[in-house]
Amino acid sequence: MLAADVQVAQNIGFGLIAAFMIAGALKVVTSKNVVHAALSLVLVMSGAAAQYLLLSAEFVAVTQVLVYVGAVMVLFLFGVMLTRAKLGREGDLNNAGYKIGIPIALLMLGVMSWVLIDGWEDTKLPQGTSSIPIKPVSDSIFTDYLLPFEALSFVLLAAVIGAIVLARKD
Amino acid sequence: MLVNNFLLLGAVLFCIGVYGVIARKNAVLVLMSVELILNSVNLNLLAFSVMHGNVDGNTFALYIIAVAAAEVGVGLAMVLLVYRNRKSISLDELSEMKG
Repeated sequence: MLAADVQVAQNIGFGLIAAFMIAGALKVVTSKNVVHAALSLVLVMSGAAAQYLLLSAEFVAVTQVLVYVGAVMVLFLFGVMLTRAKLGREGDLNNAGYKIGIPIALLMLGVMSWVLIDGWEDTKLPQGTSSIPIKPVSDSIFTDYLLPFEALSFVLLAAVIGAIVLARKD
Repeated sequence: MLVNNFLLLGAVLFCIGVYGVIARKNAVLVLMSVELILNSVNLNLLAFSVMHGNVDGNTFALYIIAVAAAEVGVGLAMVLLVYRNRKSISLDELSEMKG
């Protein structure tokens, strides 16, 4: 199903980036070192930004890099630092019965891929779409989805205040 | 490009994230797995946005990124609080609410 049409370059790029992303994601959930897991998460996030570029969503890709690779990763590294994770391998990062997660994840993956392959057998993305201009996106944010936007501002405000209240020492 | 390429990549990332949430004991690592799940959702939204030629998917992807940032902030603050009270962030030790 790869290279199903003439867009060979895009397909090769997609495959390479997807392989990096999956490898990084597996490292995040299996690594015995918290800092290595965080750095693998950077790989996954950057790969996701590249995929967004392939999907011609440039603004979302830039936001992904700014927010995830920039801010969220710094937060994670601060979290690792402040909870004094050992630098180096750590033995007990997994639950005792962690192996039960493997069949659950594989089962979910099987069902989801079956549904997806069954539902969108070889539907192609429209070819030759130029990048999605940012004007319709901002129009949609500030007209159709204004209420979610305002709710989101409130959520961010509550999160900031909540984080300060929770984390301060008094 | 097939739309299924992106959807299947999203499904794989989602399942890896679910495995991480189930398997991990360290609270920071559980939060990282939740980020994997949120990213896979974004991938799906953008793929459908391109497929239907509609910008709503982009809008919601941006909203999800913002919500994820808020979630990580509050989550890590809670992890810090737990660490300060118990000198450990192992989630299986937090069993006071077990009935």
